[in-house]
Amino acid sequence: MSDLARRPGDAAPPDSMIPAIHRVRRKRQETPDTWTLDLEPVDGDGQRTYAPGQFNMLYAFGVGEAPISISGDPTGTPGLLAHTVRAVGAVTRALCGLRRGDLLGVRGPFGNAWPIDQAAGHDVLLVAGGVGLAPLRSAFCRILGERSRFGRVSLLYGARSPRGLVFADDLRRWRARFDVEVEITVDHAVGPWRGHVGVVTQLLDYAPIEPEDCVALLCGPEVMMRYVGRELSRRGLPAERTYVSLERNMRCGVGLCGHCQLGGELICRDGPVYSLSRIEPLLRIREL
Amino acid sequence: MKGLEQLLAEHAFFAGMEPKDLALIAGCGANARFEAGDYLFREGEPADQFYLLRSGRVVVEVHDPARGTITVLSAGEGEVLGFSWLMPPYRWVFDARALELTRALVFDGACLRDKCEADARLGYDLLKRVTSVMMQRLEAASVQLLDVYGGAAAR
Repeated sequence: MSDLARRPGDAAPPDSMIPAIHRVRRKRQETPDTWTLDLEPVDGDGQRTYAPGQFNMLYAFGVGEAPISISGDPTGTPGLLAHTVRAVGAVTRALCGLRRGDLLGVRGPFGNAWPIDQAAGHDVLLVAGGVGLAPLRSAFCRILGERSRFGRVSLLYGARSPRGLVFADDLRRWRARFDVEVEITVDHAVGPWRGHVGVVTQLLDYAPIEPEDCVALLCGPEVMMRYVGRELSRRGLPAERTYVSLERNMRCGVGLCGHCQLGGELICRDGPVYSLSRIEPLLRIREL
Repeated sequence: MKGLEQLLAEHAFFAGMEPKDLALIAGCGANARFEAGDYLFREGEPADQFYLLRSGRVVVEVHDPARGTITVLSAGEGEVLGFSWLMPPYRWVFDARALELTRALVFDGACLRDKCEADARLGYDLLKRVTSVMMQRLEAASVQLLDVYGGAAAR
Protein backbone atom coordinates (compact mmCIF):
# COMPACT_ATOMS: atom_id res chain seq x y z
CA MET A 1 0.00 0.00 0.00
CA SER A 2 1.57 3.28 -1.04
CA ASP A 3 1.34 6.76 0.42
CA LEU A 4 -0.55 9.42 -1.47
CA ALA A 5 2.16 12.04 -1.11
CA ARG A 6 2.71 14.63 -3.78
CA ARG A 7 6.31 13.89 -4.69
CA PRO A 8 9.21 16.31 -4.69
CA GLY A 9 9.34 18.09 -8.00
CA ASP A 10 5.59 17.97 -8.55
CA ALA A 11 4.36 21.41 -9.55
CA ALA A 12 2.42 23.40 -6.97
CA PRO A 13 -0.97 24.76 -8.07
CA PRO A 14 -0.35 28.07 -9.93
CA ASP A 15 -2.46 30.17 -7.55
CA SER A 16 -1.31 28.46 -4.39
CA MET A 17 0.26 31.60 -2.93
CA ILE A 18 -2.78 33.84 -3.46
CA PRO A 19 -5.48 33.63 -0.77
CA ALA A 20 -9.05 33.33 -1.98
CA ILE A 21 -11.37 35.53 0.06
CA HIS A 22 -13.94 33.55 2.01
CA ARG A 23 -16.78 34.52 4.30
CA VAL A 24 -17.70 32.82 7.57
CA ARG A 25 -21.13 31.38 6.90
CA ARG A 26 -21.53 29.46 10.17
CA LYS A 27 -19.61 29.19 13.40
CA ARG A 28 -20.06 26.50 16.03
CA GLN A 29 -18.37 26.24 19.39
CA GLU A 30 -16.99 22.75 19.93
CA THR A 31 -15.22 23.22 23.27
CA PRO A 32 -14.39 26.25 25.39
CA ASP A 33 -11.41 27.03 23.11
CA THR A 34 -12.27 25.30 19.83
CA TRP A 35 -14.59 26.44 17.05
CA THR A 36 -15.68 25.08 13.70
CA LEU A 37 -15.97 27.64 10.91
CA ASP A 38 -17.96 26.92 7.76
CA LEU A 39 -16.53 29.06 4.99
CA GLU A 40 -17.90 29.98 1.58
CA PRO A 41 -16.04 31.77 -1.22
CA VAL A 42 -17.01 35.41 -1.64
CA ASP A 43 -16.77 35.34 -5.43
CA GLY A 44 -18.19 31.86 -5.78
CA ASP A 45 -14.94 30.65 -7.24
CA GLY A 46 -13.33 28.97 -4.26
CA GLN A 47 -12.08 25.44 -3.82
CA ARG A 48 -14.31 22.84 -5.31
CA THR A 49 -12.69 19.67 -4.15
CA TYR A 50 -10.43 18.47 -1.42
CA ALA A 51 -9.42 15.12 -0.09
CA PRO A 52 -9.85 14.10 3.57
CA GLY A 53 -6.55 14.74 5.34
CA GLN A 54 -5.59 17.87 3.40
CA PHE A 55 -5.23 21.28 5.03
CA ASN A 56 -5.64 24.92 4.11
CA MET A 57 -3.70 27.98 5.16
CA LEU A 58 -6.24 30.29 6.80
CA TYR A 59 -5.33 33.95 6.83
CA ALA A 60 -6.67 36.20 9.56
CA PHE A 61 -6.16 39.62 7.99
CA GLY A 62 -3.60 41.72 9.81
CA VAL A 63 -2.56 38.84 12.07
CA GLY A 64 -1.22 36.00 9.96
CA GLU A 65 -1.72 32.55 8.51
CA ALA A 66 -2.09 29.16 10.18
CA PRO A 67 -2.36 25.66 8.69
CA ILE A 68 -5.76 24.21 9.56
CA SER A 69 -7.02 20.77 8.52
CA ILE A 70 -10.23 20.53 6.62
CA SER A 71 -12.77 18.96 8.95
CA GLY A 72 -15.84 19.01 6.74
CA ASP A 73 -17.93 16.19 5.37
CA PRO A 74 -16.71 15.74 1.78
CA THR A 75 -20.11 14.29 0.90
CA GLY A 76 -21.90 17.36 2.32
CA THR A 77 -22.81 20.77 0.92
CA PRO A 78 -20.58 21.55 -2.10
CA GLY A 79 -18.61 24.77 -1.86
CA LEU A 80 -18.60 24.90 1.93
CA LEU A 81 -15.29 24.44 3.68
CA ALA A 82 -15.29 23.44 7.33
CA HIS A 83 -12.26 24.02 9.54
CA THR A 84 -12.01 23.30 13.22
CA VAL A 85 -9.65 25.65 15.00
CA ARG A 86 -8.32 25.55 18.53
CA ALA A 87 -7.27 28.93 19.88
CA VAL A 88 -3.69 28.44 21.03
CA GLY A 89 -1.83 31.36 19.45
CA ALA A 90 -2.34 34.81 17.97
CA VAL A 91 -3.54 33.61 14.55
CA THR A 92 -5.80 30.82 15.80
CA ARG A 93 -7.24 33.15 18.45
CA ALA A 94 -8.02 35.67 15.70
CA LEU A 95 -9.61 32.94 13.57
CA CYS A 96 -11.72 31.76 16.50
CA GLY A 97 -12.74 35.37 17.10
CA LEU A 98 -14.22 35.73 13.61
CA ARG A 99 -17.97 36.18 13.48
CA ARG A 100 -20.58 35.15 10.96
CA GLY A 101 -20.10 37.29 7.84
CA ASP A 102 -16.46 38.14 8.55
CA LEU A 103 -13.89 37.63 5.81
CA LEU A 104 -10.63 35.70 5.79
CA GLY A 105 -8.18 34.36 3.25
CA VAL A 106 -7.87 30.71 2.26
CA ARG A 107 -4.97 29.06 0.43
CA GLY A 108 -4.99 25.42 -0.48
CA PRO A 109 -5.87 22.64 -0.24
CA PHE A 110 -2.36 21.41 0.48
CA GLY A 111 -0.73 18.13 1.31
CA ASN A 112 -1.72 14.56 0.72
CA ALA A 113 -4.72 12.58 1.89
CA TRP A 114 -5.67 9.67 4.09
CA PRO A 115 -5.33 6.45 2.04
CA ILE A 116 -9.06 5.79 1.99
CA ASP A 117 -9.21 4.16 -1.42
CA GLN A 118 -6.35 1.83 -0.50
CA ALA A 119 -8.23 0.92 2.68
CA ALA A 120 -11.29 -0.22 0.71
CA GLY A 121 -11.93 -3.91 1.27
CA HIS A 122 -10.17 -3.82 4.65
CA ASP A 123 -11.15 -3.10 8.22
CA VAL A 124 -10.48 0.51 9.13
CA LEU A 125 -9.50 1.68 12.59
CA LEU A 126 -9.47 5.42 13.23
CA VAL A 127 -7.87 6.66 16.44
CA ALA A 128 -8.14 10.34 17.28
CA GLY A 129 -7.04 12.46 20.19
CA GLY A 130 -8.35 15.90 21.14
CA VAL A 131 -8.82 18.23 18.19
CA GLY A 132 -7.07 15.55 16.10
CA LEU A 133 -10.55 14.26 15.37
CA ALA A 134 -10.93 17.18 12.94
CA PRO A 135 -8.76 15.79 10.10
CA LEU A 136 -10.18 12.32 10.69
CA ARG A 137 -13.78 13.56 10.63
CA SER A 138 -13.54 14.12 6.88
CA ALA A 139 -12.17 10.63 6.40
CA PHE A 140 -14.78 9.08 8.67
CA CYS A 141 -17.63 10.89 6.89
CA ARG A 142 -16.37 9.65 3.54
CA ILE A 143 -16.06 6.09 4.83
CA LEU A 144 -19.61 6.26 6.19
CA GLY A 145 -20.78 7.58 2.82
CA GLU A 146 -19.26 4.55 1.12
CA ARG A 147 -19.77 2.16 4.01
CA SER A 148 -20.17 -1.01 1.93
CA ARG A 149 -16.65 -0.66 0.51
CA PHE A 150 -15.06 -1.32 3.90
CA GLY A 151 -14.97 -4.11 6.43
CA ARG A 152 -15.31 -3.44 10.12
CA VAL A 153 -15.02 0.30 10.88
CA SER A 154 -14.07 1.54 14.34
CA LEU A 155 -13.46 5.02 15.68
CA LEU A 156 -11.66 5.42 19.00
CA TYR A 157 -11.53 8.92 20.38
CA GLY A 158 -9.78 10.31 23.42
CA ALA A 159 -9.94 13.76 24.93
CA ARG A 160 -8.74 15.51 28.04
CA SER A 161 -12.18 15.67 29.66
CA PRO A 162 -15.84 15.52 28.58
CA ARG A 163 -15.68 19.28 27.95
CA GLY A 164 -12.82 18.68 25.50
CA LEU A 165 -14.81 16.46 23.12
CA VAL A 166 -15.22 18.04 19.70
CA PHE A 167 -18.09 17.21 17.28
CA ALA A 168 -20.31 16.06 20.16
CA ASP A 169 -23.42 15.93 17.94
CA ASP A 170 -21.60 13.83 15.35
CA LEU A 171 -20.30 11.49 18.04
CA ARG A 172 -23.84 10.93 19.34
CA ARG A 173 -25.11 10.23 15.83
CA TRP A 174 -22.23 7.92 14.97
CA ARG A 175 -22.60 5.99 18.23
CA ALA A 176 -26.22 5.32 17.35
CA ARG A 177 -25.28 3.55 14.13
CA PHE A 178 -25.16 -0.22 13.99
CA ASP A 179 -22.51 -0.48 11.29
CA VAL A 180 -19.62 1.25 13.07
CA GLU A 181 -18.05 1.01 16.50
CA VAL A 182 -17.39 4.29 18.26
CA GLU A 183 -15.70 4.34 21.66
CA ILE A 184 -14.82 7.50 23.54
CA THR A 185 -12.60 8.01 26.53
CA VAL A 186 -11.43 10.97 28.55
CA ASP A 187 -8.27 11.34 30.62
CA HIS A 188 -10.28 12.35 33.66
CA ALA A 189 -13.85 13.25 34.37
CA VAL A 190 -15.77 15.31 36.87
CA GLY A 191 -19.54 15.15 37.06
CA PRO A 192 -22.02 12.87 35.37
CA TRP A 193 -19.74 11.30 32.72
CA ARG A 194 -20.52 7.57 32.38
CA GLY A 195 -18.15 6.66 29.58
CA HIS A 196 -14.61 5.35 29.61
CA VAL A 197 -11.94 7.11 31.64
CA GLY A 198 -8.34 6.44 30.68
CA VAL A 199 -6.05 6.91 27.72
CA VAL A 200 -7.11 6.13 24.18
CA THR A 201 -4.81 3.08 23.89
CA GLN A 202 -7.02 1.36 26.47
CA LEU A 203 -9.91 1.55 24.01
CA LEU A 204 -8.07 -0.82 21.67
CA ASP A 205 -9.40 -3.67 23.81
CA TYR A 206 -12.91 -2.68 22.70
CA ALA A 207 -12.03 -2.74 18.99
CA PRO A 208 -10.04 -5.91 18.40
CA ILE A 209 -8.15 -5.82 15.11
CA GLU A 210 -7.24 -8.50 12.62
CA PRO A 211 -3.68 -7.38 11.89
CA GLU A 212 -3.55 -8.92 8.43
CA ASP A 213 -6.66 -7.08 7.27
CA CYS A 214 -6.69 -3.70 8.96
CA VAL A 215 -5.64 -0.15 8.09
CA ALA A 216 -5.23 2.30 10.97
CA LEU A 217 -5.47 6.07 10.68
CA LEU A 218 -4.17 8.03 13.68
CA CYS A 219 -4.38 11.73 14.39
CA GLY A 220 -3.69 13.62 17.58
CA PRO A 221 -0.78 14.81 19.66
CA GLU A 222 2.44 13.14 18.55
CA VAL A 223 2.98 11.46 21.92
CA MET A 224 -0.47 9.93 21.70
CA MET A 225 0.14 8.66 18.16
CA ARG A 226 3.47 7.18 19.24
CA TYR A 227 1.83 5.22 22.05
CA VAL A 228 -1.05 4.08 19.87
CA GLY A 229 1.34 3.09 17.07
CA ARG A 230 3.44 1.09 19.52
CA GLU A 231 0.37 -0.66 20.91
CA LEU A 232 -0.93 -1.47 17.42
CA SER A 233 2.47 -2.86 16.52
CA ARG A 234 2.37 -5.00 19.66
CA ARG A 235 -0.97 -6.32 18.43
CA GLY A 236 0.59 -7.26 15.10
CA LEU A 237 -0.45 -4.41 12.80
CA PRO A 238 2.37 -3.65 10.34
CA ALA A 239 3.74 -0.10 10.38
CA GLU A 240 3.10 0.01 6.61
CA ARG A 241 -0.64 0.01 7.33
CA THR A 242 -0.58 2.44 10.23
CA TYR A 243 -0.94 6.05 9.05
CA VAL A 244 -0.44 9.22 11.04
CA SER A 245 -1.07 12.87 10.27
CA LEU A 246 1.81 15.09 11.33
CA GLU A 247 1.82 18.68 12.35
CA ARG A 248 4.81 20.91 11.83
CA ASN A 249 5.40 24.59 11.19
CA MET A 250 3.75 24.78 7.78
CA ARG A 251 4.11 28.21 6.18
CA CYS A 252 4.12 28.20 2.37
CA GLY A 253 2.11 25.00 1.96
CA VAL A 254 3.91 23.97 -1.22
CA GLY A 255 7.34 22.80 -0.07
CA LEU A 256 9.26 25.94 -0.93
CA CYS A 257 10.12 27.63 2.35
CA GLY A 258 11.37 24.62 4.31
CA HIS A 259 9.85 25.61 7.65
CA CYS A 260 8.10 22.26 8.03
CA GLN A 261 11.09 20.16 7.03
CA LEU A 262 11.60 16.91 8.92
CA GLY A 263 14.73 15.18 7.65
CA GLY A 264 14.20 14.83 3.94
CA GLU A 265 10.45 15.34 4.23
CA LEU A 266 8.59 18.56 3.66
CA ILE A 267 5.48 17.89 5.70
CA CYS A 268 3.28 20.41 3.87
CA ARG A 269 4.02 18.85 0.51
CA ASP A 270 4.99 15.21 1.15
CA GLY A 271 2.63 14.84 4.12
CA PRO A 272 0.92 15.49 6.40
CA VAL A 273 -0.24 11.86 6.14
CA TYR A 274 2.53 9.27 6.41
CA SER A 275 2.74 5.59 7.05
CA LEU A 276 4.52 4.90 10.32
CA SER A 277 7.03 2.75 8.46
CA ARG A 278 8.13 5.81 6.51
CA ILE A 279 8.05 8.50 9.17
CA GLU A 280 8.68 6.72 12.47
CA PRO A 281 12.48 6.59 12.08
CA LEU A 282 12.50 10.39 11.68
CA LEU A 283 10.28 10.92 14.71
CA ARG A 284 12.83 9.12 16.85
CA ILE A 285 15.59 11.64 16.02
CA ARG A 286 15.31 14.25 18.74
CA GLU A 287 17.38 16.86 16.93
CA LEU A 288 14.94 17.05 14.02
CA MET B 1 -23.52 -22.93 36.73
CA LYS B 2 -19.80 -22.52 36.24
CA GLY B 3 -17.50 -23.14 39.16
CA LEU B 4 -15.00 -20.58 40.36
CA GLU B 5 -12.05 -22.45 38.86
CA GLN B 6 -13.66 -22.49 35.45
CA LEU B 7 -14.48 -18.79 35.66
CA LEU B 8 -10.86 -18.12 36.57
CA ALA B 9 -9.57 -20.23 33.72
CA GLU B 10 -11.73 -18.27 31.27
CA HIS B 11 -10.55 -14.88 32.53
CA ALA B 12 -7.78 -13.28 30.47
CA PHE B 13 -5.85 -12.38 33.61
CA PHE B 14 -5.31 -16.05 34.44
CA ALA B 15 -4.78 -17.27 30.86
CA GLY B 16 -2.34 -20.18 30.78
CA MET B 17 -2.12 -20.67 34.53
CA GLU B 18 -1.63 -24.22 35.78
CA PRO B 19 -4.93 -25.85 36.90
CA LYS B 20 -3.49 -26.68 40.33
CA ASP B 21 -2.57 -23.02 40.80
CA LEU B 22 -6.03 -21.96 39.68
CA ALA B 23 -7.46 -24.30 42.29
CA LEU B 24 -5.30 -22.71 44.99
CA ILE B 25 -6.37 -19.21 43.97
CA ALA B 26 -10.01 -20.19 43.64
CA GLY B 27 -9.84 -21.21 47.29
CA CYS B 28 -9.44 -17.53 48.17
CA GLY B 29 -12.22 -16.29 45.89
CA ALA B 30 -15.96 -15.77 45.78
CA ASN B 31 -18.54 -14.30 43.46
CA ALA B 32 -19.70 -10.79 44.20
CA ARG B 33 -22.39 -8.50 42.86
CA PHE B 34 -22.55 -4.74 43.13
CA GLU B 35 -25.53 -2.55 42.34
CA ALA B 36 -25.09 0.80 40.59
CA GLY B 37 -23.69 3.23 43.14
CA ASP B 38 -22.20 0.57 45.43
CA TYR B 39 -18.61 1.10 46.46
CA LEU B 40 -16.21 -1.79 45.93
CA PHE B 41 -13.72 -0.03 48.16
CA ARG B 42 -13.04 3.39 49.62
CA GLU B 43 -9.86 5.38 50.11
CA GLY B 44 -8.14 4.74 53.42
CA GLU B 45 -10.02 1.55 54.25
CA PRO B 46 -8.17 -1.77 54.65
CA ALA B 47 -7.30 -3.23 51.24
CA ASP B 48 -8.23 -6.86 51.67
CA GLN B 49 -9.55 -7.64 48.21
CA PHE B 50 -8.57 -8.15 44.63
CA TYR B 51 -11.26 -7.96 41.94
CA LEU B 52 -11.69 -9.55 38.53
CA LEU B 53 -14.58 -7.86 36.77
CA ARG B 54 -16.90 -10.21 34.90
CA SER B 55 -19.46 -7.65 33.74
CA GLY B 56 -20.54 -4.10 34.39
CA ARG B 57 -18.48 -0.97 34.82
CA VAL B 58 -16.56 0.48 37.73
CA VAL B 59 -14.96 3.89 38.09
CA VAL B 60 -11.93 4.67 40.21
CA GLU B 61 -12.27 8.05 41.85
CA VAL B 62 -10.51 10.49 44.09
CA HIS B 63 -12.21 13.30 45.93
CA ASP B 64 -10.75 16.76 45.90
CA PRO B 65 -12.52 19.33 48.07
CA ALA B 66 -11.89 22.04 45.48
CA ARG B 67 -12.84 20.09 42.35
CA GLY B 68 -15.25 17.50 43.64
CA THR B 69 -15.04 13.84 42.75
CA ILE B 70 -12.66 13.16 39.86
CA THR B 71 -12.77 9.93 37.91
CA VAL B 72 -9.26 8.82 36.97
CA LEU B 73 -9.95 5.38 35.52
CA SER B 74 -12.82 3.20 34.40
CA ALA B 75 -12.74 -0.57 34.19
CA GLY B 76 -15.13 -3.09 32.76
CA GLU B 77 -15.56 -6.71 31.77
CA GLY B 78 -12.33 -8.66 31.71
CA GLU B 79 -10.31 -6.12 33.68
CA VAL B 80 -8.75 -6.37 37.13
CA LEU B 81 -9.03 -3.90 39.93
CA GLY B 82 -7.18 -3.26 43.16
CA PHE B 83 -3.49 -3.81 43.91
CA SER B 84 -3.22 -2.33 47.38
CA TRP B 85 -3.70 -5.79 48.93
CA LEU B 86 -0.20 -6.66 47.69
CA MET B 87 1.93 -4.20 49.64
CA PRO B 88 1.84 -2.73 53.16
CA PRO B 89 0.11 -0.81 54.58
CA TYR B 90 -2.72 -2.61 52.70
CA ARG B 91 -4.95 0.47 52.46
CA TRP B 92 -6.92 1.61 49.42
CA VAL B 93 -5.64 4.83 47.88
CA PHE B 94 -8.72 5.50 45.73
CA ASP B 95 -12.46 4.90 45.78
CA ALA B 96 -14.00 2.39 43.38
CA ARG B 97 -17.71 2.68 42.60
CA ALA B 98 -19.97 0.57 40.39
CA LEU B 99 -21.60 2.65 37.66
CA GLU B 100 -24.03 -0.11 36.82
CA LEU B 101 -24.83 -3.63 37.97
CA THR B 102 -21.39 -5.22 38.19
CA ARG B 103 -20.42 -8.84 38.70
CA ALA B 104 -16.94 -9.72 39.86
CA LEU B 105 -14.79 -12.40 41.33
CA VAL B 106 -13.41 -11.10 44.58
CA PHE B 107 -10.37 -12.58 46.30
CA ASP B 108 -9.26 -12.34 49.88
CA GLY B 109 -5.94 -10.49 49.75
CA ALA B 110 -4.55 -11.97 52.97
CA CYS B 111 -5.42 -15.48 51.78
CA LEU B 112 -3.67 -14.83 48.46
CA ARG B 113 -0.61 -13.43 50.19
CA ASP B 114 -0.39 -16.46 52.47
CA LYS B 115 -0.53 -18.85 49.53
CA CYS B 116 2.08 -16.86 47.62
CA GLU B 117 4.39 -16.86 50.66
CA ALA B 118 3.98 -20.63 50.95
CA ASP B 119 4.53 -21.31 47.25
CA ALA B 120 7.12 -18.98 45.71
CA ARG B 121 6.47 -20.28 42.19
CA LEU B 122 2.77 -19.45 42.46
CA GLY B 123 3.68 -16.11 44.00
CA TYR B 124 6.05 -15.27 41.15
CA ASP B 125 3.48 -16.26 38.53
CA LEU B 126 0.79 -14.14 40.18
CA LEU B 127 3.15 -11.22 40.67
CA LYS B 128 4.14 -11.27 36.98
CA ARG B 129 0.49 -11.09 35.98
CA VAL B 130 -0.25 -8.28 38.40
CA THR B 131 2.90 -6.40 37.36
CA SER B 132 1.92 -6.59 33.70
CA VAL B 133 -1.39 -4.87 34.45
CA MET B 134 0.32 -2.39 36.76
CA MET B 135 2.77 -1.50 33.98
CA GLN B 136 -0.07 -0.83 31.57
CA ARG B 137 -1.79 1.33 34.18
CA LEU B 138 1.46 3.14 34.96
CA GLU B 139 2.08 3.87 31.29
CA ALA B 140 -1.48 5.09 30.90
CA ALA B 141 -1.16 7.25 34.02
CA SER B 142 2.07 8.73 32.66
CA VAL B 143 0.37 9.66 29.40
CA GLN B 144 -2.51 11.17 31.37
CA LEU B 145 -0.01 13.21 33.37
CA LEU B 146 1.56 14.48 30.15
CA ASP B 147 -1.77 16.16 29.45
CA VAL B 148 -1.12 15.74 25.73
CA TYR B 149 -4.44 17.24 24.66
CA GLY B 150 -3.85 20.34 26.72
CA GLY B 151 -0.69 21.24 24.86
CA ALA B 152 -1.59 20.18 21.35
CA ALA B 153 -1.62 22.90 18.76
CA ALA B 154 -4.77 23.66 16.86
CA ARG B 155 -5.37 21.95 13.57
